[in-house]
Amino acid sequence: MESKDYLKDISEIKNLMNKSSRFISLSGLSGIMAGVYALVGAAYAYWLVANSGREYLILDGTIFRLVLLDLVLVALFSVITGIILTTKKAKKHGEKIWDATSRRLVINFLIPLLVGGLYILIILSNQKYGQTGGLMLIFYGLALVNASKYSIGDIRYLGFIEIVLGLAAALYPGLGFWFWVLGFGVMHIIYGTWMYFKYDMN
Amino acid sequence: MSIINNINKVFDHRIRLGIMSILMVNEYADFNMLKELLDVTDGNLASHVKALEAAEYVEVEKQFIGRKPNTRYSTSKLGRAEFKKHIEALEKLIRKS
Repeated sequence: MESKDYLKDISEIKNLMNKSSRFISLSGLSGIMAGVYALVGAAYAYWLVANSGREYLILDGTIFRLVLLDLVLVALFSVITGIILTTKKAKKHGEKIWDATSRRLVINFLIPLLVGGLYILIILSNQKYGQTGGLMLIFYGLALVNASKYSIGDIRYLGFIEIVLGLAAALYPGLGFWFWVLGFGVMHIIYGTWMYFKYDMN
Repeated sequence: MSIINNINKVFDHRIRLGIMSILMVNEYADFNMLKELLDVTDGNLASHVKALEAAEYVEVEKQFIGRKPNTRYSTSKLGRAEFKKHIEALEKLIRKS
């Protein structure tokens, strides 16, 4: 009988350690949706460029501005969907959406992401846009790896995959677009589905 | 019987174990955070924190956030070491049976 009590103690210790340091209400469904938005956005960008009469993008053109707007919309929709679905999940579990754990998660996620975003904007304004896709993947991957300490640990693997895809995109700049589609579209859907079945089903 | 010796009497209570678990993985926690996570009353939590404080396993830092007094708790070096020993002893006991 006694050892059963100890077992209960250990499991409660683990539970408290997780609950107090990690925000685990992230919704898998929001990952899937982010992937879908990315694919739709990428398809639109592809269509824009294909119909522009040029094979590539030039800065300061209307097409470039539309692609940029497209990108911002994909990010915006992903974030909004993520917040809505995660709030829903947190409510269901009786957890707060904005507490010490989620605050820490957001801050640690944003540090690499904002640095990367600024860096990309700076080199874009210097007319160097061949590496944009790869850089987005790399910094996003680093942000995920950094954030994984404060959330579901599995996010780490998605981060590594994004980093590898980003480096591959740097090796093959001509394929940057397709690596971006793979990283932000396909991987989000695969990962989101996996998370959904692992954590959200029960 | 060395295993029994490592079972620490100070930790021999659910709430104290809970307080230590939270503080082990967080730089610090304030009173309300502990209260919410452990779902206990003020008086109950205060008495258990005091016991850990008396054993010098937990350090207390009193400060003001604006005008509100705020008490922050963190583990001491001794507390971390003792907690680890305690957990190892628990695990050994479980494996034995």
